Amino acid sequence: MIGSPDLVAFTKEDEYGQTSPDPWALPEEFSVPLYPLADSNPWAKTSYAKFTKDFILISEFSEQVGPQPLLTIPDDPKICGTFDLNYFSLRIMSVDYQASFVGHPPGSGYPRLSFVEDSRVVLGDSKEGAFAYVHHLTLYDLEARGFVRPFCMAYVSADERKIMLQFQELSLRFSQASECLKAGNRRAFAKELQRKLRDLEYTHSVLQREEGLQREAGPQRMYSAHAVEKANELANVEKSIYEHRDLLKQISLYNRRPRRDPHAVTCQKCMSECLSECEALLDKYAKLANPFSYNNKGEKREEGQADGGGGDGEGDEEEDESVKRRPSYTPQLIKAKSAKCFDKRLKTLLELCENTFYSATVELLKETERSFRGDLCYLHTRRLDRALCRKQRITNFLFEEDLGDDDEDEGRTLRPFCAVNHAVDNYSLLNPPPIVLGPDHLELDSLEPPDPLDPASETSHTQESELGLRESHLESSPSDQTLETQESSEETKGSFSSDKSGLGQSERQQNLAGMKSEAPDPDPDSDLTPDPDHNTDMERESSSEETETTAGDDEGDNKEDQTPTSLLEVVSGLEASREDVCEGEAEEVSDLLVQIDTACCMAQEGFLYEASAPEAVPRLSQNSHPQPLSQTLVVNQEPQAQIPLQDDYTVGSPCSESPAAGLELPVGLLGDAVSRTSVEDGWDCTMSASTGSDRAASPLGYGGTVTLRQRKKAGQGALRFVRQYPFAMQALWCLLSGRTLVVLGADEGRVRRLVAALALFVPSPGKCGERIQAWLSCPFTLTDLQRWKLIGLQRVASPVGSSMLYSLSRYSRYISILDADQKTLRCPPYRGQLLANIADHRTYIRRGSTYFLHVQSTLCRLAAKAFLFTFTHHLHLPVSSTEGPEGLEGRRCCFLQEQLGLGEEDSHILLYLSQLITHQYLQPANRSSATAPCFSFNYSTSVLYKI
Amino acid sequence: MLRWILGGREAQGSVEKSSVLCIGEEQPKNWFTELQVLKGHFDIVRFLVQIDDFRCASAGDDGLVLVWNVETGERLQELRGHSQQITAITTFTCSNGLMSHTSLITASSDRSLSLWDPDTGNRVQTISDLQSSVKCLLVLERLCVWVSGGEELCVWNKDFQLQCHKQNHSDTGITALIELPKNCIAAAMDKEIVIYRLTVSTDSSMSVAEIRCLSDHQDQIRALINVNDGLFASGSHMGELILWDAIDWNILAYEHILWEESQAQAEIRMGAPKPSEMSIQHLTTNGKLILAAVGSGLYVYSVLTKTVVAYRKVAHDSNILHTMLLSDSELMSCSEDGSVRMWEIQDLPLPAEPATPGFFGMWSFGRSSKQAGPPLKKIIDVPNIRTLELTGDLIGHSGAVQMFVSFNENGLVTCSTDHLLILWKNGERQSHLRSLVLFQKLEENGGL
Repeated sequence: MIGSPDLVAFTKEDEYGQTSPDPWALPEEFSVPLYPLADSNPWAKTSYAKFTKDFILISEFSEQVGPQPLLTIPDDPKICGTFDLNYFSLRIMSVDYQASFVGHPPGSGYPRLSFVEDSRVVLGDSKEGAFAYVHHLTLYDLEARGFVRPFCMAYVSADERKIMLQFQELSLRFSQASECLKAGNRRAFAKELQRKLRDLEYTHSVLQREEGLQREAGPQRMYSAHAVEKANELANVEKSIYEHRDLLKQISLYNRRPRRDPHAVTCQKCMSECLSECEALLDKYAKLANPFSYNNKGEKREEGQADGGGGDGEGDEEEDESVKRRPSYTPQLIKAKSAKCFDKRLKTLLELCENTFYSATVELLKETERSFRGDLCYLHTRRLDRALCRKQRITNFLFEEDLGDDDEDEGRTLRPFCAVNHAVDNYSLLNPPPIVLGPDHLELDSLEPPDPLDPASETSHTQESELGLRESHLESSPSDQTLETQESSEETKGSFSSDKSGLGQSERQQNLAGMKSEAPDPDPDSDLTPDPDHNTDMERESSSEETETTAGDDEGDNKEDQTPTSLLEVVSGLEASREDVCEGEAEEVSDLLVQIDTACCMAQEGFLYEASAPEAVPRLSQNSHPQPLSQTLVVNQEPQAQIPLQDDYTVGSPCSESPAAGLELPVGLLGDAVSRTSVEDGWDCTMSASTGSDRAASPLGYGGTVTLRQRKKAGQGALRFVRQYPFAMQALWCLLSGRTLVVLGADEGRVRRLVAALALFVPSPGKCGERIQAWLSCPFTLTDLQRWKLIGLQRVASPVGSSMLYSLSRYSRYISILDADQKTLRCPPYRGQLLANIADHRTYIRRGSTYFLHVQSTLCRLAAKAFLFTFTHHLHLPVSSTEGPEGLEGRRCCFLQEQLGLGEEDSHILLYLSQLITHQYLQPANRSSATAPCFSFNYSTSVLYKI
Repeated sequence: MLRWILGGREAQGSVEKSSVLCIGEEQPKNWFTELQVLKGHFDIVRFLVQIDDFRCASAGDDGLVLVWNVETGERLQELRGHSQQITAITTFTCSNGLMSHTSLITASSDRSLSLWDPDTGNRVQTISDLQSSVKCLLVLERLCVWVSGGEELCVWNKDFQLQCHKQNHSDTGITALIELPKNCIAAAMDKEIVIYRLTVSTDSSMSVAEIRCLSDHQDQIRALINVNDGLFASGSHMGELILWDAIDWNILAYEHILWEESQAQAEIRMGAPKPSEMSIQHLTTNGKLILAAVGSGLYVYSVLTKTVVAYRKVAHDSNILHTMLLSDSELMSCSEDGSVRMWEIQDLPLPAEPATPGFFGMWSFGRSSKQAGPPLKKIIDVPNIRTLELTGDLIGHSGAVQMFVSFNENGLVTCSTDHLLILWKNGERQSHLRSLVLFQKLEENGGL
């Protein structure tokens, strides 16, 4: 409510350079910066964009037709208007930032899969008025050139600053989507390989048979041209088999590859599943090197199963499936020469990824699009709102919408997006290294003392190599080159590479150098700590570009790994990752146990950045290898946005406690229905500010989550209630002081509407409005009164009705009754002043959303008072041992009446809120035991209010 | 008051309306301003026993015994074992030297007896396949034995070994048992009180002998209590209250509670007075006063003066099931009408002027058909009679309140036919306690 858009115009700009010592000032992170002065006309830039709303565009660089748009989200042709998607696709796909290295690298016999990290760029086309966050990714396709299919996902907006300021968030979300796509793609690719291998195997056997026949038929030592051709063909097929087997191995090694991308979080379970799947395949086809015939597949299957026994049920299942599928699939002869790229049909994106993964990704992107609706101002205020809410965690439950649990952790948990909805417990706690954008974090880093426990010998070594490497990156990393080329060729488009990141880097380097010089003596025991693994990881990561692309070389670098064959290593790695599942099986490979552990560590350390700050920061700086890339890529924008941009980036995080806390929105993507819908509401609020229309009552009540949208609609209803009923104040007082209000009426719609309107004022309504019962048509009991604070009750003229009336009169001391039909209210008299300004039936407020904000601010103030009251020590405990309860009572009264200026009835509200806060605060301790909730009441006479 | 809700229809709400004693919603003396509903039983909850300062056990027709923490409302133990309803429950405190340990003895319709440890929830001892179900239990702590009464009287030691037993010939069996001086036991059987004596012989074997049979009651004995060391009292279905000497078993006082005016009215109205209207449902005492629940009325009898101190003919809308004397002037009663009421014995403002407007205003509040005339026509024959003033009522149960146990300032537990227990507490005290806990936690956490 503080960060509501309505308030923006009234705030003044703060000078960020000087921190005001005024203790009463609002903390800096909550103040709303004005639009930068440089852009005097905020509409100037967006005016000529040819589309109205932001959208997400997925494009591909097809090897046949070049860049082409695939789909937009939302999938609505109106979205883009006259905007030329084809042209824009060309723009965003014209530069391949990933600079993938494909084909045969020198020195290796087989084609290599290139493991390329995603790249993130902000591109602008000022002529078109379009700006885009572009996320490039590469999918694997056996039929594609170099086995890769470059794709990109772009968030296209007319507001460049929006993209710049949301970069981190965008990057996070698109990374998740990309990881999801890639996970599905790997599975599909493995399946495709399997199919291909089977075909090859069949071809091989056929050829072998033919060759044998020929050999028998033909004279010895005499090769006909035909026979030679056959032999060549056979050799080709064999080579092809080896190649494909190698590919399979490579794809199975994917997971164990160190990831440079800090945002690349994948579901571990998916990973291991995929791994096991590949593993099973690999096992199966590893045995086929011998002269094989296609016919004895039964045996092979058994073998495969026996070998795959190390995997878990999923792998077996998968294999069973493939076994089942086998009869229906007839292997085909593979021609020696594959078709040229233009006469074959390329797979669609859907085919490239499995269906589940594809649809999950689309869902994810849709949600991303939804969450970025609204203009920058709205997004910003919403973020401030949430930041504020998170600060008042203790009183939030009273009147605020629920923020969800995901974004409340102080160390941010990045949950990997998992398309197949694995249990969320397998996510790794991750403190994503921030993409450093301003000098603040760097200073922070330099202030951070180097960890004396760090194994410094290796550290310094890696640092050195890393520094050197980074330098080379700065000068010659392919991305930079492309940037430069882009700059030179497309200056007219207004995109350029900034020097800010370079500056940041040199600072960083200095810091690192400082750290290096300060680094203590090497710790002899350092080998025992998990860090060496990590360091070797980093070493591998930074030693050469090849380690990225050639997965097979990893084993050479890895000194712990002494197993000769990579296959074994994969097996051990597999088992290590399963160690928790089947511990018993580790015994079988007991001599590999140590290695298993290290392999396990390695596999995970690559992903895991511990959240502990003092340790993490130096490590992050060591690990910052990926950052230059993204850093240079980030800042690819117009010059005048530079300076304010920096400020804006730091708006969210002047407190240095969490370096990552800055601009990033909480990534409550999963199941966070509340925030999602509230975002939708925000869209409503900012764009179509017409909540005043008379719509049907929201389906508020038991079961559904009470969303902000519903609450805003309720604002309109509440306003109407307040204007209509002169005793609205009394009704609100009942709700706020914890007296259950029963809305009695014959007409369900009217009762439900009233309940929905009044639900705004129910303190602590619960996540799904559990304390509210919108429509009840049976007699209630005491437990119901205890559970519900607002009840809509049906008035019926039947025996049921009379027993209901009986219960009404029986429990009349606990309830207030609002009769919707006769327009009366029976409740204890209220004469306070506190609610006069939200329940004034002559109010000038005309719009529901305005009233909602008005109410929210009043309620927020109340909650703050209640907080103060609850946690003020001397109001609850005697200050001295001699003081009796009377003194305490007097002090409390004095506080309530004189300091807070509350009358007796108003004090009831505060006492009730305070009681709720106390319960909430103590709750985690009591929650273990199933204690019944308390129900407080007091004995006071009721009076009947009429219109 | 509530007619506006009823919308002109005279519905069942009239029950409340016609209640003679509607104290209204303003109850300044009622400090039970917080409640907790304790769920767990599946059938009528009939018994409550206090185990110690903060625990109580509840038992009922579902055969379950639940142990509750009264301070938190937590369910501590669930004692399962009886297959049928519980007919009697009592605590059994065994003190060996310094430590004293309280166990629970339960009797059930499945003709079994069980000893439970409420700390662990274990069934320590059990005896099944008794000849008949036990209706009442009595613990003789002095002898470290306990007695079960039903169709036969059995004496057990603390290890659940039968010491001796006595068959009796009454149809109804023993309905109540109390301990008397000189190792005697008084057992109520239908209209008679039988005195048994326990003798411990030299080889520490026990025997029980019937000494005397007191058959002065005209009707079935409903209540039997110890008043003090020298007195015990019994009440019958037709309203006889007899005070007995505990040593020589003579009648010290005989009081026949007849609601004269009520009968007169009843004759006018119906002609057939219901005997339950004068049945003594329950007796309690604090040594000086005896409180008798007579039908739906309350009757306070002074032991010293052997006179009626105060009475209220219609104290509840329905039969009173349990009563308690909180102090010399405060008492509490619960009834089939689902409410618990708190009373205060007050002096009449002016003895010469018994009909003060306030007083009568109270009484004749509802113009009901049930209570037509002014009920306080003539105070029996006692000049200095005082009045029972309603100070508060607790409404929460939707069925008859079977029993309640007071934990003084910790609160009050009520049990009811609606399968629920309600823990009534002093809201202010609870909120203070919660504040204490809050600041304690705050300190532990080192701030918010």
